[in-house]
Amino acid sequence: MRGRPLLYTSYQADQALLNTTTKKVMLGLLLLVVATIPFQVIPGLDFLGSDDWLRLLSTTAIFVVGALGLNLLTGLAGQVSLGHAFFMGVGAYTAVWLGGPEDAPLLGLGLPIWIWLPAAGIVAALIGVAVGPTAVRVRGLYLAIVTLGLVFIGDYVFRNWDSLSGGAQVGRDFPPLQFRLWKEEEPLIDFTTPGTWFGVEVSGLAKSFFLLVTIAVVFTLLAKNLQRTRVGRAFMSIRDRDIAAEIMGVDEFGYKLLAFGISSFFAGISGALLASFVVRVIPERWDLFLSVQFIAIILIGGAGTVTGAILGSAFVVLLPRLVGDFTQWLQSVALGEGFGSAIANVFVATTPNDFGLVNTFAGIGPGLSVAQLNLVIYGLLIIGFLIFEPLGLYGIWLRIRNYWKGWPFTY
Amino acid sequence: MTSGLVVLAQATADGNAFAQMIVDGISFGAIYALLAMGFVIIFKSTSVINFAHGALTGLGAFLIAAFATVLDFPGRYLTFLPEWAQWTVNVLTALVAAALFGILLERVFLRPMVGEALFAVAIVTLGVDIVVRTITNDWIGTQPRPLGAPWGLAVVDLGWVRIAWSEVIQILVTIILLGAIAFFLRSRTGVAMRATAFDQETARAQGVNVGRIFSVAWAIAAFLAGVAGLFYSIFPRRATGVDQATAFIAFRAFPAVIIGGLDSIPGAVVGGFAVGIAESAANTYLTFDFLGNGFPGIVGYLLMMVVLLIRPYGLLGTPEIRRV
Repeated sequence: MRGRPLLYTSYQADQALLNTTTKKVMLGLLLLVVATIPFQVIPGLDFLGSDDWLRLLSTTAIFVVGALGLNLLTGLAGQVSLGHAFFMGVGAYTAVWLGGPEDAPLLGLGLPIWIWLPAAGIVAALIGVAVGPTAVRVRGLYLAIVTLGLVFIGDYVFRNWDSLSGGAQVGRDFPPLQFRLWKEEEPLIDFTTPGTWFGVEVSGLAKSFFLLVTIAVVFTLLAKNLQRTRVGRAFMSIRDRDIAAEIMGVDEFGYKLLAFGISSFFAGISGALLASFVVRVIPERWDLFLSVQFIAIILIGGAGTVTGAILGSAFVVLLPRLVGDFTQWLQSVALGEGFGSAIANVFVATTPNDFGLVNTFAGIGPGLSVAQLNLVIYGLLIIGFLIFEPLGLYGIWLRIRNYWKGWPFTY
Repeated sequence: MTSGLVVLAQATADGNAFAQMIVDGISFGAIYALLAMGFVIIFKSTSVINFAHGALTGLGAFLIAAFATVLDFPGRYLTFLPEWAQWTVNVLTALVAAALFGILLERVFLRPMVGEALFAVAIVTLGVDIVVRTITNDWIGTQPRPLGAPWGLAVVDLGWVRIAWSEVIQILVTIILLGAIAFFLRSRTGVAMRATAFDQETARAQGVNVGRIFSVAWAIAAFLAGVAGLFYSIFPRRATGVDQATAFIAFRAFPAVIIGGLDSIPGAVVGGFAVGIAESAANTYLTFDFLGNGFPGIVGYLLMMVVLLIRPYGLLGTPEIRRV
């Protein structure tokens, strides 16, 4: 059979998770790189092991979980939801209620992570199923605005429920990533402080990085497998033509509710992890912008694909950092000499009142701040991908792959 | 996000609270109705759910502030006119600029998306919203920018109810605009617009210039959004002027659209006034401590959920006929 690509002799082989050798090799390499990142052993990639990059990569892992959830709902089942941030908030506040310290003036039961983390997902899923009937009754664009309403209602509740959220603009500390059997003083495994694992020194950030990546891998497998089974196919049939799906015996109402529930479960877990990783979170964190970020993730990555959710998360989380670095570099060029400096000067302001499209001197003079530039780039990317490459980064990858598959022929 | 609604009701302990509530509600409602109507006009004629409506509102209000107070253009060349007329001319110029910007947005970002899935187009407008809102906010800066309305803080006190002059003018302007739209929809372009809303391809086959209809729809919507932004940024709503939070008013007008029905212009008006009066009632009567801050801001959404449970297509919307 060698040398005959895409020849499968059994259904199992065709539907396998890694159905080509390339995929196996690539995944193996990726896992190897990820596992060695905190130890900075691969030359050229060792900068990824620095503290700020580890923090970004851990955040990416958290966003992957949430993005997979939205991908199931929007990408697979075709239900547009702007309410993802609300379910993440529900997860986070469930976590803090169960896992927060008991003696504080704020609500908290002091339970360990193996209770609060799954509970965060389950409570979010239950609320997802509870609002489901309204959401499932309305369709398409009405649904987008109903879920938009959820974000605003949630925002109002979180801001005003002071004993749970710590109050508007104040926030509270979330339970850290520590594994306890019950409420003992010393955690069994502490993912936030440096220590030794199997004789190797690991920093606190490296530990939480490993934990979060493991969780992300587990959820990726879950999502991928869900997509390959009866449920995933039912979701896709509803997305493609709901009445036809119903005629073929797919219970539209039930599966839509299920999609809402599973998606909210992923969102709840992601929200709890995000809050726990960031430690202190204000209730305004769970706003519309977070939802839009997740929409951006699945659109930029490629709607309906697991790979896309991962690529998109990395892209959206790392973008601010890249833009910041780029602006700094541009500024250093502008302050330098020669022709390059003249060009860079148009784009970046070198003194507070200088003209420039980007101005790093906060709030003074014309020009966008770096944060605003980030927002504009987000917006333009969402627009650009939808207009020019609706399949997102995944689509770009597909085209590159297909080009080389047939090379030197065009098909 | 604060509720952003300044209510005159507290000032009239001796007045009729109910009448005051209704007057305030109509005044809020007029803003929502203007926004909702622009939204519905865009949806009906171009099948685009416009999440960038907030950005258009903020931009319109900013342009008015820029033309009326900073540039004083073209009023500075019209010194023979009284002051209020100069201001009005400035505002109209700003609104025309906003309308042109609306046309530009549609042309650049939405024309390439014609025929794509409604969802994808809606998300494009989310992207447009982020871009336009961010740039507008950068122009506005950290301080609110006053719009310089000539009637200022003047209030008519009828004894049983107090109305700000700006509210009187606002309600008059809204009625005039509603009438103008109703009239416009019966004109030749309006009929073409309704034909486009019904079926774009057939309209084209009948010789309607669909692209021009899209431009007209966006221009009208941007114009209406600018008017709404104007009345939202002056006394008695936000006396300080347009600031970075102004654009969020559109998110409170979305429930009005849904309550009325996405594709119904009368529905947008009904929904707008329903949400306005509901918010005003919440402001007046639901002042319990446990409700905390900002409850009136979500009343519209709660009302929307209830309406959707009973009528999934809004009060006056057309039920979608589903074909396989």
